[in-house]
Amino acid sequence: MSGKHTLIDVRVTKPDAASIIASRYDNRPDALLEILHDLQAEMGFVPEASLPVLAKALNISRAEVHGVISFYHDFRRKPAGRHIVKVCRAEACQSMKGNELAEAAEKTLKVKFGETTSDGAITLEAVYCLGLCATSPSMLVDERPYGRMTPKKFKALVEELAS
Amino acid sequence: MIRIYVPRDSAARAVGADEVADAIMAEAAAQKISIQIIRNGSRGMMWLEPLVEIETPKGRVAYGPVEVGDVNSLFKSKFHEGGKHKLSLGLTEEMPYLKNQERLTFARCGITDPLSLSDYISLGGFVGLKKALSMKGAEIVTEVTTSGLRGRGGAGFPTGIKWKTVHDAKADQKYVCCNADEGDSGTFADRMVMEGDPFMLIEGMTIAGIAGGATIGFIYIRSEYPDAIRTMKDAIRIANTAKWLGQNIQGSEHSFSLEVRTGAGAYICGEETAMLDSLEGKRGMVRPKPPIPALHGLFGKPTIINNVLSFAAVPYILAEGGKAYENYGMGRSRGTLPFQLAGNIKHGGLVEKAFGITLRQLIEDFGGGTATGKPLRAVQVGGPLGAYLPEAQLDLPMDYEAFATAGAMVGHGGVVVFDESVDMAAQARFAMEFCAIESCGKCTPCRIGSTRGVEVIDKIVAGIERDENLLLLDDLCQTMIDGSLCAMGGLTPMPVQSAIKYFPEDFDRPAKMVAAE
Repeated sequence: MSGKHTLIDVRVTKPDAASIIASRYDNRPDALLEILHDLQAEMGFVPEASLPVLAKALNISRAEVHGVISFYHDFRRKPAGRHIVKVCRAEACQSMKGNELAEAAEKTLKVKFGETTSDGAITLEAVYCLGLCATSPSMLVDERPYGRMTPKKFKALVEELAS
Repeated sequence: MIRIYVPRDSAARAVGADEVADAIMAEAAAQKISIQIIRNGSRGMMWLEPLVEIETPKGRVAYGPVEVGDVNSLFKSKFHEGGKHKLSLGLTEEMPYLKNQERLTFARCGITDPLSLSDYISLGGFVGLKKALSMKGAEIVTEVTTSGLRGRGGAGFPTGIKWKTVHDAKADQKYVCCNADEGDSGTFADRMVMEGDPFMLIEGMTIAGIAGGATIGFIYIRSEYPDAIRTMKDAIRIANTAKWLGQNIQGSEHSFSLEVRTGAGAYICGEETAMLDSLEGKRGMVRPKPPIPALHGLFGKPTIINNVLSFAAVPYILAEGGKAYENYGMGRSRGTLPFQLAGNIKHGGLVEKAFGITLRQLIEDFGGGTATGKPLRAVQVGGPLGAYLPEAQLDLPMDYEAFATAGAMVGHGGVVVFDESVDMAAQARFAMEFCAIESCGKCTPCRIGSTRGVEVIDKIVAGIERDENLLLLDDLCQTMIDGSLCAMGGLTPMPVQSAIKYFPEDFDRPAKMVAAE
């Protein structure tokens, strides 16, 4: 007990989000997806530093944790924008000018799919079906669904989000 | 107190149901009219959402599609007393779209508050489970076998046989897994069950647990369905408190626990073995079969895996008897299927009918043709892995075998309509592209074949050695069909080849670079 603090000691004394969340699921390896969802909800992404923490807590290898994070489209390795806009690119939406909506989204936000606007407000993502196929084209903003979208409505919505 | 129904289904919320509910509440308060707003499930008439209903002595009357801007004039027309308005639709139950359906699974959806246990019970809920609690597992299996129910996820495997396999297996622990990874574009029936009648799914899964001797269940819901996840979790909590789940259900010797697991944006996890790996916290990689999941499923234990609609059909089968369900349908396709009319269609929504109804009846009689009013050109049935069919094929009856014979599939009952503006070469390319994005990567035909498929279609469209490349594409498709581990790679050729077969003109463009010389 020398009382000496290194940078690492300071970090350890701060409760680690990953290990707290893992313990909520009794450190069960089969709950890895739930744990990653919760972690991402709290941090906005899955930080690199949480990989060894989760591997140790769940008693699996770091490679396995990495494998899961990289397999699923939902998990992000880097912080995202304040809002996530997911535009449906699947067939039912395509049949109702979904591609025009997608193009308008990229143009309005001045980003490509998978990118975040320069002001950090919005991350634009593609999604393949939201189950809103009879009110196409549709999209999801954070967890809020939008149907019968048009490029014009998209523009208005984005302005609202940015303000 | 006037009871006003405004759906909480996410399709209704997507077109402003929350705002409409708020506006009605505010206006009623301003006019000092005493109302109660009930957020019900959707009736499935999506083109009329938000569909607002008022309870009157004659029955429920409907108005829709209601926008916030209509609320003022609705009150002026005394809609809260059933008054006439330009959005009036009359008595809900008398609307032809609903009246002409055969709703067994969706009998309750849209009528009740989905999370009201008393509503559920008063409309026939838990009658099936109560019967099952006093039956032997084998007797339940027999009832389900009698019903002729086949897997509603798309494969159409007889549910009774699957359950019997699990029932007969000896193990210290068995599981029930519900595949709610409804990833097919054009499908939303699972979502509507989970958001609109969640106790029915709980009831169906619990019956499956008793039948197979399983005490633990999981519902694997895709993350693209945040509303369904919330509603299902709430419903499980309520059912646990009321002892319809958990230890010694309703004082019986049967116990069943249920947990929701959230997917993470991988289409392949709708394949049952990939879903099992995902439920175990792993990458969603497809497992070779055999061993079949019924014997070697979740954590290596015997597991009943069914789609939401399969489980949802079970309470009716137990309550009314397998024979009552079997009376509907044609050939070996028994019972009803909740069809989903989607895409470029005037009256999109959910239509539950017995098997045997033709595509034309669905699209024209119920759907009213295209939304744009332009001629229909193609219909994709059964999701992104289903065939594209031309107008000439619309008289096909909805039947697993009839569709298979025609080189198509019924799948999960999704019907996506396209008008004449569709470019079928682009749709074929998308099928390959989607497979490349969503392949789990375990087998080569699917992983590499899909990428090569995109490239070959690009060449065909550009007019580069068109005939040779069409041959090559056909060969590639055959390799994917024969050599893929699961339906993802094995069925991706279906939309591609059907597009070429029925719409060859879209693949025959003037050669750009070569012939221009």
